[in-house]
Amino acid sequence: MDNWRKNPRVFWILSAPPALWLLGFFLLPLALIWAYSFGHKEGIIGIAISWTPDNYLRALDPLYLQIFLKSFWFAGMTTAVCLIVALPVSLAITFAPARWKALLLVLVILPFWTNLLIRTYALIAVLRTRGFLNAGLESVWDSVDGVARAVGLDGLGAFTPPQLLYNNFAVVFGLVYVHLPFMVLPLYAALDRMDRSHLEASLDLGAGQFRTFFSITVPLAMPGILSGVVITFIPALGSFLTPDLLGGTESQMIANVIERQFKSANDWPFGSALSFILMYITFFALALRAFFSRGRSAMDT
Amino acid sequence: MRAPPQHRLRRLRRRPPPGPLDYGRHLWMRLTMLATFVFLYAPIITLVAFSFNDSRRNVVWRGFTVKYYLKAWHNDGLIEAFTNSLTIAVISTAVSTVIGAMVALQLWRFRFPFKGAYEGGMALPIVIPEICMGVAMLAFFSRTYWPTDLIWPFNLSAIIIAHISFSFPFVAVVVRARLASFNREFEEAAKDLGASEWRVLRDVLLPHMAPGLVAGALLAFTLSLDDFVITFFTSGPDTVTFPVKIYSMVRFSVTPEVNAASAVLIAITLALTATAMFLQNRAGQKMR
Amino acid sequence: MNNAMNNAIVQVRGAVKTFAGVATAVDHVSLDIFEGEFFALLGPSGCGKTTFMRMLAGLEIPDRGEILIDGRDMTGVPPNRRPVNMVFQSYAVFPHMSVLANIAYGLKVTGVGAADIRRRVDEALQLVQLGGLEQRMPAQLSGGQLQRVALARALVKRPRVLLLDEPLSALDAKLREAMQLELVKLQHAVGITFIIVTHDQQEALSMADRIAVMEKGKVRQVAPPAELYEYPRSYFVADFIGKMNLFHGRASGDGAVAVEQLGEIKIPGNSSAGRVGIAVRPEKVKLFRDAPRPGFTAFKSTVDNIAYHGSESYVFATTESGAAIAATVQNESRDSKLPAVGDSIWCGWRAEDTLVLEE
Repeated sequence: MDNWRKNPRVFWILSAPPALWLLGFFLLPLALIWAYSFGHKEGIIGIAISWTPDNYLRALDPLYLQIFLKSFWFAGMTTAVCLIVALPVSLAITFAPARWKALLLVLVILPFWTNLLIRTYALIAVLRTRGFLNAGLESVWDSVDGVARAVGLDGLGAFTPPQLLYNNFAVVFGLVYVHLPFMVLPLYAALDRMDRSHLEASLDLGAGQFRTFFSITVPLAMPGILSGVVITFIPALGSFLTPDLLGGTESQMIANVIERQFKSANDWPFGSALSFILMYITFFALALRAFFSRGRSAMDT
Repeated sequence: MRAPPQHRLRRLRRRPPPGPLDYGRHLWMRLTMLATFVFLYAPIITLVAFSFNDSRRNVVWRGFTVKYYLKAWHNDGLIEAFTNSLTIAVISTAVSTVIGAMVALQLWRFRFPFKGAYEGGMALPIVIPEICMGVAMLAFFSRTYWPTDLIWPFNLSAIIIAHISFSFPFVAVVVRARLASFNREFEEAAKDLGASEWRVLRDVLLPHMAPGLVAGALLAFTLSLDDFVITFFTSGPDTVTFPVKIYSMVRFSVTPEVNAASAVLIAITLALTATAMFLQNRAGQKMR
Repeated sequence: MNNAMNNAIVQVRGAVKTFAGVATAVDHVSLDIFEGEFFALLGPSGCGKTTFMRMLAGLEIPDRGEILIDGRDMTGVPPNRRPVNMVFQSYAVFPHMSVLANIAYGLKVTGVGAADIRRRVDEALQLVQLGGLEQRMPAQLSGGQLQRVALARALVKRPRVLLLDEPLSALDAKLREAMQLELVKLQHAVGITFIIVTHDQQEALSMADRIAVMEKGKVRQVAPPAELYEYPRSYFVADFIGKMNLFHGRASGDGAVAVEQLGEIKIPGNSSAGRVGIAVRPEKVKLFRDAPRPGFTAFKSTVDNIAYHGSESYVFATTESGAAIAATVQNESRDSKLPAVGDSIWCGWRAEDTLVLEE
């Protein structure tokens, strides 16, 4: 790597366009809503920046605090479910024969490349009252019912399809659906990097598969698990589309509140403040991950 | 030595029991895998399948038809949104590939003060929640009184700018990963043989970067084509993109027409992804 | 070696292991390894020796054949229930556990009491001379120390058989020699059967009681070191162990062999017929000014090259019929007389030192 002074002309030619773009079309907009977050509405469309902390204080209102908590709860549940599902899946991929590995990885990544909106829409068809899941449940119900009647029992009665859509369940289901690849990939990367002889040594020393998994595999894959947890949790926390399309009025997340402030409630300063709180939480999660991965690598060397 | 036929057959049929680390061969692991892939694919596959279903009520199969594709084709709003999306994707991909490549080259080549902070800044568009970027763009374009009533395609400028802002850092990451495998002795050899900075870039660096550039460009294209949230905040009534249009249709009702439009978009993204993988694979093989 | 040697602790019958798409890694291997023995599996890389050892540990499942350890059939017995323990080539010392936790791990997972663990771990630490390092993390240890941890961790389990997969390959030359001695001493001290996998013949010859030489998944010869060196049975083994003058030939069945490039030679008492390998060790080859007395197989030759190796020198010569022969000459005194390049000499060896090999 060269010092930039060695060739300042090339350095400036390369850095000016991206730096200016980032400044003008990214940092400036962020700075603008940062300023807005300390302002208040004036008239119908005006915003006066008065450096008031009111918008942030308003976020502490139980109404919004509850939405923050709910968002954390949804994102946390999503991360936990993704972790539980992704661990065996990535373990199986890691130890699959080489010719299967690439195919399985592609199969995991592929949905990732399909439009988020379309995937969410696809879930609506699965989850709605007259959707596929309920149709499946109904046929199971009916056959159980039929068997029960055949052996002379009362039977289960008519099938009443449970409400699967427009509630908290649908939101977590959708978030898991969307974010599962985020968890599988870092887990796979960590497991694949691991020296297999550590697992073999554990088995050789008398530990069973479960003991080996929890005493050796999980601790050794911890950096990957932490990565997976953070990169699943962050986008899940800021999700807009999934709660918007699959959730009911009771299952709105922060992003939906932010959207409402900008689009319908027309309270941009408050929406800006909420945006920045969401960003601060994101940065905090990233810093936490950096801190933990640094602690780990210090232990390894 | 050739084994007698029946001997060989037996060997083919009888697989040894799984070894202690052959996790993929345990039944419950296979069931978990199967359930996961059903979970991931069943919704998309049924969505595509029912775009051919001759029924407005989606859940029962009533026979094969392409009429919803024709209907989507004759939906002017949908076609206009689709044209907009492609236009935005092409322009934003071109610009973000160039800018992203510049970032990659600069970060790969130079040491400079506050490089860590600079890198962090470049990674910001990747890490901040989409909704925050969306509302920031909305605020920015309204505060600057960005013109929205220009003729096509200039009325799409706000969306294009927003798309470039979130995709060029991704291009930079992909291209930089590619550059990491570059042996700087090639560059030094070229300079030693009398090549200028520009010649070195054109004759030595760019050919090496090419697979990364292609992969980055395809990533940018897909990101742009797929984006809903940020576009949602930067588009106006006259600048509707494909995902935004589908969103408004979905809010309305679930119809096979939406399925048909979605299936087309899925097909396009899959084709692009397959191309990207094929190209990268081929580049990888050539290098070896 | 001790008197319990007649007791086969490992019995392998017709073991076969094929990896998908690869040649057969272990091809119908049958082998007995005796109690208290220091046994070496020797062969070039890819000969199947590691796969064979991993089958004993239960880390690979044989496609066919059976393995008995301590008289018990090991089919279907997972690695954690086998009375063997392994020292891995990479040592596989758990990076997230201290030395103490590493050594105690195997006892803890099998439910040994805390006091017992403490005592046995202390013993093991003393045995491998790691006392005082028990709180260290693996990242703070040298390669040699890591190996001792791996050894202690396996020995503390008191296995019936200790498996060592190329245990010395990651150490530098000096340390390797010291460890060879130490491993032998350790084996005598604990009295456990050691099975070591190595590609280094010197290592195998100096440490093992018996050696199995493997090639392409097959066991070519099993013998004590001296027998293996002096009486190799096959061309491969003769070539693989030590330095050797090797020729191809055809035996007529009456003690005469037509050797390529050398001509016909007589081998007393040999009755093999057909294609054979003919070999003689360089140190058995003597140099003469004139034709030697009968009883020697000798050829008139010209000296091509002389390589000085300190304690000995190698003389490379070509016979009149065009065969290359190497001879080792001990430099017994400071002014040892060696022939000069271009000298005309006789290279000869006692007829009974000629080895007849299976091709």
